[in-house]
Amino acid sequence: MTAQSDALAAVRADFPILAREVNSEPLTYLDSANTSHKPRQVVDAVAEHYLRHNANVARAMHTLGAEATAAFEGAREKVARFVGAAQPAEIVFTKNASEALNLAAHTLGAGLRPGDEIVTTVMEHHSNIVPWQLLAERSGATLRWFDITADGRLDLEKARAENLINERTKIVTLAWVSNVLGTVNPTAEVAAAAHGVGATVVVDASQGVPHLPTDVAALGADLVAFTGHKMLGPTGIGVLWGRYDLLAALPPFLGGGEMIEVVRMAGSTYAPPPHRFEAGTPPIAQAVGLGAAVEYLEGVGIAAVAAHEHLLTEYALQRLHATAGVQILGPQTTQDRTGAISFTLAAGDLEIHPHDLMQLLDGRGIAVRGGHHCARPLHERLGIQASTRASVYLYNTRADIDRLADGLAYVRDFFGRRL
Amino acid sequence: MNAEDLYQEIILDHYRAKHHSGLREPYACQVSHVNPTCGDEIELRVNLDGGVVADVSYLARGCSISQASASVMSDLVIGKTVEAAFGLSDEFTELMHSRGDLQPQWEDELEDAVAFIGVAKFPARVKCALLGWSAFKDAALQALESGTATATKGVPHAG
Repeated sequence: MTAQSDALAAVRADFPILAREVNSEPLTYLDSANTSHKPRQVVDAVAEHYLRHNANVARAMHTLGAEATAAFEGAREKVARFVGAAQPAEIVFTKNASEALNLAAHTLGAGLRPGDEIVTTVMEHHSNIVPWQLLAERSGATLRWFDITADGRLDLEKARAENLINERTKIVTLAWVSNVLGTVNPTAEVAAAAHGVGATVVVDASQGVPHLPTDVAALGADLVAFTGHKMLGPTGIGVLWGRYDLLAALPPFLGGGEMIEVVRMAGSTYAPPPHRFEAGTPPIAQAVGLGAAVEYLEGVGIAAVAAHEHLLTEYALQRLHATAGVQILGPQTTQDRTGAISFTLAAGDLEIHPHDLMQLLDGRGIAVRGGHHCARPLHERLGIQASTRASVYLYNTRADIDRLADGLAYVRDFFGRRL
Repeated sequence: MNAEDLYQEIILDHYRAKHHSGLREPYACQVSHVNPTCGDEIELRVNLDGGVVADVSYLARGCSISQASASVMSDLVIGKTVEAAFGLSDEFTELMHSRGDLQPQWEDELEDAVAFIGVAKFPARVKCALLGWSAFKDAALQALESGTATATKGVPHAG
């Protein structure tokens, strides 16, 4: 799929929302790192499930129950195949990536004691910070941080100098791809160091799985979290992948229906993974929708998606570099970088606040995100309060990037003239 | 409505040159308010003098709407009785929830603050405009409750 090809037009035709207008302008959607749009195939799969096969899973013994169970477990198989899991039982469905990360923090944290260390990074999304802060508070363990270099990459040298990963380290957690900087982190290298001291490695792959070919084994992690709604799927469905032997050794997270083996008044025993971690009626239709999203991405080809985004990112970096007043955060080239591009904009000496920028772009039908993008520690580290983020996906075009760059020049001049 | 219309000249004037900006002494109470969805922040001090708002000073970081609103707010409430200032705060809150339907009496009472009427048409930005006002109300209420308004006038007191 090349940027201007018929294949791109065919993809866009599957996303009816892209044909609508916003504020009397054609929609330019550059906020897929926030949530992606859904192709008709995904919406149809969800509708078809509700209209034809709806029933509860695993406990309804009638025909519809069997169909719903097959659809739900079928979605698990598709997701497993998509990320290279050794078996479908390694895929735990949650409601989102945050829940997956909380599940990881709760179950891994059961044995943590004061003096133990948890390591995360300053570039994480709040969802991969707060669960570990809470765990540190509960257990008395210490939370430590990877810093970043000037060009927005993990500072591995500083980490080595500080002996960040050491014999006290029990858990190391990091994003595969930064949701702000677009940096692709060397997860396997970090994981090797962590495993060298016996620590467990958790990777937040929310910004990776939608955009890059994924092989959980190659990431080097023991647990990997991601979410459906950023990869063309519905909201309300997330995934935790885990090495089966690790999952089998972890205690339950939430208690309730379907996660049990036998419940007695004196105590209960628990189902094996993945059901041990799926208490209550799960997001069934959402899982079916995620399965359809995975099939859609496989149909286009995730390598083709990555190649398309690589070209768009290259073009976007080039256009933004050429726009006076724009300062791109993080990697300045496409090397180990995805198409989540955050930046600041100034008119002369005056920094234009991302909300003001976002507002005027929205008036031109351009959807970007302004704020701290749920990564306040990173913004503090960069010495700024907020930034604006444009992010691309398989349906974006060079024309989208042109409208963004033209829009930024317009906003800069609008405030530059008047302030 | 165009997004451009949001940025009335009055708003940009206040944004360019904020009135009463910078933390000052004496004060009876200081508060910190944030807008957690976007990270806008304000630290605001209030000093009262026998039921009158003697001074409002603040340090704010954020978008033009939140900064200009704090500037206009401080102009409006300084020198008014606390009761009158709270009345203005209520009116401004009403204006923010009017969806842009301007009531004639607001123009007399809210003066420059009616320039924010456009914000009322952008629900995501209403919180920006209200940040300074809610910080003022919180600080003034705390000052009243703690009784520091007259008793410790002139003595800094962390609220």
